[in-house]
This record gives sequence, C-alpha cells and structure tokens, in this order.
Amino acid sequence: MAVLDNVEENVKEVNTDNIVAMNRQSLKDRLVSYTRTPGSLIVMILVLLAAVITIAALLFLLVYILVNGIPYLNADLFSWEYTSENVSVVPAMINTVIMAVISLIFAIPFGIGSAIYLVEYAKKGNKLVKVVRVTAETLTGIPSIVYGLFGMLFFVTALHWRFSILAGACTLAIMVLPVILRTTEEALMAVPDSFREGSFGLGAGKLRTIFKIILPSAVPGILSGVILSIGRIVGETAALMYTAGTVADIPKSVFSSGRTLAVHMYVLASEGLHVDQAYATAVVLLILVVVINALSSFLAKKIQKS
Amino acid sequence: MAKYKERIMEVVFLVAACVSILAVALICIFLFANGVPAMKEIGFADFLLGREWRPGNDIYGIFPMIIGSIYVTAGAIVIGVPIGLLTAVFLAKYCPAGIYKVVKPGVELLAGIPSVVYGFFGMVVIVPMIRNTFGGTGSSILAASILLGMMILPTIISQSEASIRAVPDSYYEGSLALGATHERSVFCAILPAAKSGILAAVILGVGRAIGETMAVIMVAGNQARMPGSIFEGVRTMTANIVIEMGYAEGLHREALIATGVVLFVFILLINLAFSVVKMRGERN
Repeated sequence: MAVLDNVEENVKEVNTDNIVAMNRQSLKDRLVSYTRTPGSLIVMILVLLAAVITIAALLFLLVYILVNGIPYLNADLFSWEYTSENVSVVPAMINTVIMAVISLIFAIPFGIGSAIYLVEYAKKGNKLVKVVRVTAETLTGIPSIVYGLFGMLFFVTALHWRFSILAGACTLAIMVLPVILRTTEEALMAVPDSFREGSFGLGAGKLRTIFKIILPSAVPGILSGVILSIGRIVGETAALMYTAGTVADIPKSVFSSGRTLAVHMYVLASEGLHVDQAYATAVVLLILVVVINALSSFLAKKIQKS
Repeated sequence: MAKYKERIMEVVFLVAACVSILAVALICIFLFANGVPAMKEIGFADFLLGREWRPGNDIYGIFPMIIGSIYVTAGAIVIGVPIGLLTAVFLAKYCPAGIYKVVKPGVELLAGIPSVVYGFFGMVVIVPMIRNTFGGTGSSILAASILLGMMILPTIISQSEASIRAVPDSYYEGSLALGATHERSVFCAILPAAKSGILAAVILGVGRAIGETMAVIMVAGNQARMPGSIFEGVRTMTANIVIEMGYAEGLHREALIATGVVLFVFILLINLAFSVVKMRGERN
C-alpha cells in the first residue's frame, strides 16, 4: 500500500498542462492532410452532414410546432369542461394522469417483484430466468396496436369491461411492464454485493435485506424506469383507441371511457376542424415529454455518479 | 413464523416473475384464437395473397397492406439507416465533449416524442411539401418513409453508437499506426468490428417502423390497393386495423384481427432475427 500511495503522490506533482503533445495536430495540419486524402474528406463531410440533418430535423419539428402552437395556448383551451367549441385539453389531461396512475399501480409491483426474483432469488442458469427474459424482450418488441387489439379482445370483450379507463390502463400496464422490469433489474444488479453480505452478516433475513438495504439503494434506478414508463403512457395512442375509447369527458368511474391527451390530439388532428388547437395540444404534449425525459435522464445520471 | 414469511414472499416474487410469461401467452392465445378461424374461413391463400380488400363484398385480401407495410418500412430504412449510422459515428468518434452534451439528449428527446406528434408534423409539413414538389395529394409512401425514417433515427443511433463504443480502442490505434487516416480507421477497422451490433440496430428499426401506427395513418393516404409508385397512397397493416376496427362487425372484424395476427407474426420473426444476431455478436 505504502508504495502505491507514493506512486500516486508522484503522479500528482506532474503538471500535465505544460506538456505539449508532439503528435498534436492543429486545424490547419488537419485540413492539409484532408487535401491529400480526398476520400476521407468526403466521408468526414458526410458524417457531419448526417449529424446536422438529425439535429436539424429535431429542431425543425420542435420549433415548427412551438411557433404554431404557443399562440393558441389560451384560457379557452384550459377550461374545465370540454365542448366542441373550446376543445379543452383539461379533461384529457386529467384522464392521462388517471391512466398513468392506474397503469403504474398494476405495473410497478409486478415489474419490481419480477426483477427481485430474477436478481435476488433465481440461481444461475435457471431456466425460468431465461424464459422471463425472452418474454420480456418479446413484450418490448410488440407494437402498440397489437397491445390495443389484445386489450380489446381480452379486457373489453372477454371480461366485459367495455371501453373503459380500466381496460386501457391494464393494456398499458402490460406494455410498460418490461420497461420497469429491465430498469429495476439493472438497478438491483448495480447494488454492490457487499451490501447484501453486510446485511446478512448482521443477522438480517433475506426479506429484510431486500426491503431495507437493496431496494432503498436502487430507488433512483427504479424511479428512472417508472418515469420512462410514464413517458410511454403519455405518448400512447394506438393501444388506447379501442380499449379506453375516445370520449372527451372526465370519467365518472374507472369503468367509463375517456381519451388521454395523445388520443385527444389524434382526434383533433384527424378531424381537421381544430388544427390550431391541435398545434397547441401538441405543444402541451411536447412540454410534458421533455420534462419527463429530463427527469428520467437526471435520475439515471444520479445512479451513474453514485 | 419468519421462515414462513420468507417462503411466502419468495413465492410472491416468483408469481410476479411469471406475469410477463402469462402476458405473452395470453396475447398469443387471444390473437390467434380470434384471428386464425377467420383466416381459415377466408382461405389462407386468399387472405394473404388476395389483392382486393372489399369488406362490403366480403372480399378480404391483405396483400396490398403487407406490401404497403414492407414498402414503407424499406423506405424508412433507406432514409433512416445511413443518416442514423453516420450520426452514431459522429457521436462516438468525432464529437467534442461539449457538443455531445447537447446532441445526445436531443437524440433521446427524438425517441421520446409521441408518435401522434410525429404524425401531425408529417401531416402539416412533409405531406404539403411533397404535394407542392411532386404533385398529387402528398399523402404517399414517400411521406410515410421520410417520417418513419425520422422516427427510427434514435433507435438506430443509440444502438449503433453503443456497439461502436464497444469496439476496443486498440483496433483504431492499430489502424492509425499503420498510416490510415481517421476516417479509414473508423470505417474500415471499427465499423466492421461493430457490424453485428449495427445489424441488430437496423433490425430493431425495422420492428419499430413496421409496427408504427398512428404516425403512418396520418401521412400515408391509406388507400387499400396495390401502390403503383412511391408518390401514391398506401395502407399498412397497422393502419388497416385502426381505420376499420371502429365500425367492423362479424367476419370483417375477425379479418382485421387476423391482420393483427399477420403483423404479430412479422414482429415475432423480427424479434427472433434480433436475438440471433445479438447472440452471434456476443459469441464473437
């Protein structure tokens, strides 16, 4: 150890700022070398062009929708009751919140429980783990319209729930289950084994270790997964059209139909009668998504740091 | 007592772990049980290869929709993959840290934008642009391809970037030391080493494009006939389901569910291809 400390001290004393790399190229050197290899120059230009196109597409979309939508964000659009004149987004926003809460109530316990089993209980080479992984990956790949079809056949028709918030929420719960499962699994695996050993060493049982030691330290990772799921729920349309229906009012119970913000926006845009309001609704959706994204990546960064 | 509790909770977690298996099983059972009988009634060949979709006359051929989905997806790949891959190269091998901090969240945001917003953007920007440039209605394969190409960008970029970064630096350094330029080192030493990851990214992109529904409906025109050129409207399998499910009854409704089954089988095949490519990449 003493030797190592010594080495570290020595390293600290060297001031790297004053060292000039012999092989460092100035911009001019680089341009000169590009003129000698025109092929490389073309490739470099293509790479830059692609990056510019990607960013330009994103900026164009954002700016176009913001510029056209913000002027129509007025009190009318946020009035409490929906009428066909004001096409208020408030009932749709309330529906979206209800939908997200109910979906998460179903998805979180199963997602986290599932991840706990995979990480804490299952032994290496367990067949079940493989099957769960494969099915979770399959669920990730299934397009939302197929979820919508399934929800319609199972919750709406077979269970006789009709078009309802509950049917929509259950469909979405299955859809976001793999997201929560995977992020929780990663968060649990990131908890160092020494935490578990320490807890066992102090005489705690497996359950106490999981709930008092492992889950608390995995919270940021789990949260970032949950927020990611909220983002998917907020943006979802195809899975909801034929499960939750398109009624534009605040639902009386979980068994009544209601449209979320994204469905609301689809209806506005496809009817073509309220294009200006559709822009404004798109602005609301975009702002929601940006905030949700920022929160999720903020939490994800927090785990990386710790 | 404590022992019992431990045992019970283990079973609870086990049950939770089985939920995703149960979900996949239920989805398969309900889709196939509702869709396959209709296919049988219509006739498998007539259903899959029939070129006419006229629910009014009980003629259900989804070949135009299958072709529509394939055209639109191919278009999205042609547009999205080169741009996405080169952007990934930019992020991994060109980008200064300062710019990376801005561009990377931008790409993540691109993935988070809801498909209705993309669809709306396509409807008010891309479709009129095509109408003004090439004539016609503008709602066309081309419009859908451009929009989907944009939508699969984040998938392609983040997957390929990860696989490019996974290639050891020694490949790049070795190539440089042999006198190759930065570009040659990246494109001839690193990209070939990352090719299975890139292929997996493309397959994921295909899955996203073929399953996309709302955005496509809003820009593709949705005519249920064989498309003649890329400036003509087209209807995808996903669009077929959403557009007609609202009023369909009887065999028509079942035919729509059967369309969903065909789409589901496509997705399962794509998933399978994805895991095969990924496994092969990991083995190497």
